[in-house]
Amino acid sequence: MWRRGLGIFLFLLFTILGCSPAKTDLKPSISVWHWMTDRDPAFQELAKKYESLTGVKVNFELYAPSDAYSQKIRAAAQGINLPDVFGILGEKRDFASFIKAGHILDITPYMEADNENWKSRFFPKALAVNEFGPENSYGIKPGIFAVPIDIMTIQMVYNKKLFSQLGLNPNKPPKTFQELLDIGAKIKAAGMQGLVSGWGEVWMIDCLANNYAFNIMGKDKVLATIRGEVAYTDPDWIKVLSIFKQMQDSGVLAKGLVTMINKSAEQLFANEKAVFAFNGSWCVNVYKGMNPSLEYGAMLPPEISNQHPMAIWGGAGSSFMVNGRSKNKEAAVKFLIWLTDQDQQVYLAQATNNLPANKNSLSKIPEILSQFARGMDYATHPNVWGVSEFSLVIEAFDRGIQSIIIGEKSPEQVAAEVQKIKDREMAKKRAK
Amino acid sequence: MKIKNALENYSFVLPAVTIFSIFYIIPFIWVFQLGLFDWDGISFTRVFVGLQNFKEIFLQDSNWWQSMWNAAYITLIALTFQNILAFMLALACDREIRMKNFYRVIFFIPPVLSEVVVGMAWRFIINDIDGANIINRTLTSMGFGALAHNWLSDPNTALTTVALVHCWKGFGWGFLIFLAGLQTIPRELYEAARVDGASAWQSFKKITIPLMVPVMVLVAILTVLGTMQVFVLIVSLVGGEFAGHTSVPVLRILASMRGSSRFGYACAQGITFGMVLIAISFIQYRFSKKGH
Repeated sequence: MWRRGLGIFLFLLFTILGCSPAKTDLKPSISVWHWMTDRDPAFQELAKKYESLTGVKVNFELYAPSDAYSQKIRAAAQGINLPDVFGILGEKRDFASFIKAGHILDITPYMEADNENWKSRFFPKALAVNEFGPENSYGIKPGIFAVPIDIMTIQMVYNKKLFSQLGLNPNKPPKTFQELLDIGAKIKAAGMQGLVSGWGEVWMIDCLANNYAFNIMGKDKVLATIRGEVAYTDPDWIKVLSIFKQMQDSGVLAKGLVTMINKSAEQLFANEKAVFAFNGSWCVNVYKGMNPSLEYGAMLPPEISNQHPMAIWGGAGSSFMVNGRSKNKEAAVKFLIWLTDQDQQVYLAQATNNLPANKNSLSKIPEILSQFARGMDYATHPNVWGVSEFSLVIEAFDRGIQSIIIGEKSPEQVAAEVQKIKDREMAKKRAK
Repeated sequence: MKIKNALENYSFVLPAVTIFSIFYIIPFIWVFQLGLFDWDGISFTRVFVGLQNFKEIFLQDSNWWQSMWNAAYITLIALTFQNILAFMLALACDREIRMKNFYRVIFFIPPVLSEVVVGMAWRFIINDIDGANIINRTLTSMGFGALAHNWLSDPNTALTTVALVHCWKGFGWGFLIFLAGLQTIPRELYEAARVDGASAWQSFKKITIPLMVPVMVLVAILTVLGTMQVFVLIVSLVGGEFAGHTSVPVLRILASMRGSSRFGYACAQGITFGMVLIAISFIQYRFSKKGH
């Protein structure tokens, strides 16, 4: 009998304790998913520091490579089990889809609180990548939806030692496109390799082509093309496509460039086997790891026209979003405010050789990073244009440039093919 | 009693049918269903477009059919070159030759290596600027310097180079299955043929080939299914689709999913691709039955 009584007592005891409210003084634990292998040790260090300061545990979980991460984030979004903080790899339309599905918190109120205290610490171009303006074509309520952790610019770099071997001044990189072509002839004569980049993965081709499109025809005409008001068969676009033929013919481009992945390109440049590379500011850390004594400088792609300024892709390098459905969103925002504070940003820049998103943290970075940072004055990004090109058009454009480089198609042929796909996609859009 | 027997029989196959349905049939139907929608893979709303995605695949997507052709070309080389090589090596190892166990191990190393590792290794062997350039050096030293070029960046040779590397990686599977098949042929048949005065060629033609037909069909089906789905090797060898010259269906499906965020279209491509593979396997099976 007493056993039965004890059993009932224990059952009631556990039931009552189990149903009692959770202790209110428990600190939340924030989970962060990211793909940045090179930044993970620094993130872990900062997480420890944050826990010792606030008692809030931050779990940085690394999922690499970036392709696998990208799939994981999409799968988690479909299953509604995203972490408290995460990043998105993709185009602005993907970002918009996440917001529309309610996965991302609008952080504008936090950014604008206390007289824009948080917002004012960032480079405006870094924030712009994460912002949706009034009447944006994605149908998103205007606001800021992500926090830039670092910034990047994609530029050209040149090897100073190989420049000297070619009889060139290592402190005077080419300023005009003709000067670049002249160097191409010297590279060819010396049997060296010219420009290397991850053009096998195509998006970097698109990046350089857009740089020259801005330089040749200006931003307005580029955006008019995306809106379907200017055709890709326009002489200015033929000129953009012809640049790649000219570079190939002159010897500026390295052999096998169209099948080169960026990792191979980075190895070639770091091992002083290529005169130029087209790469993002993240390369500083990569080159440092591969060859600490590499002497190189960053430069803007040489201008072909002086009618419009050269533009390069830049802005937020990596950004973090707060899960709109997270019960820890307030704590997550607080952590991101702390992470983008000057001291943490200086630490991240020094530990990872990436450009800080906090503009007050730039003073303590190496000279080569400063050169990349100066490129921010010329930076633009498809994510800030407000309109985006059809992905099938981008694909046809990039594949077409590959065909031009290997001598398979002429710029005119490629332009006609791209326009055909553009017309088809426009017709489909109108029919919807 | 009859009903009881039938129920008993069904109960034995039920677990297998259930597992097969959960992991194959239902996902296949689900993917087909998704192929009828315009969906970005993220949002909770999907727009029903009927057979529009399939219509686009069949009537407008020339990149898709080019990728199918490329995969078929690699498969053709694998079916011929790879399987003939595997069969010949299996024949050699089936005989009483010295170190045959050593050869068996050596031939089976490439299939167990990761496709990424094989791709990177061969890229290093082949490439002239970021690799050892061994092939071009060998050609030059043999007096064929005119043939030396960048095999992976030339649109005329990129796909064939990929196909040959794929054959190198894949022939070990065929070799193992062929060898297992050859070892099931009773030795008495060969001895009887020899007693009857049959030559080695006649024994091969009249005993080995007919008895190996089922194994050949199996290897052919596995080769087709494995080769049509190749893509990791291509990414590690040439970085991707290389202006369409090394594009294959799986890369196109990935491009639709990740590049264009068209999950519905990618599902339709997956279903189309799956149906093509099922049709090829079925035709091969029917042919082998007829031949038998």
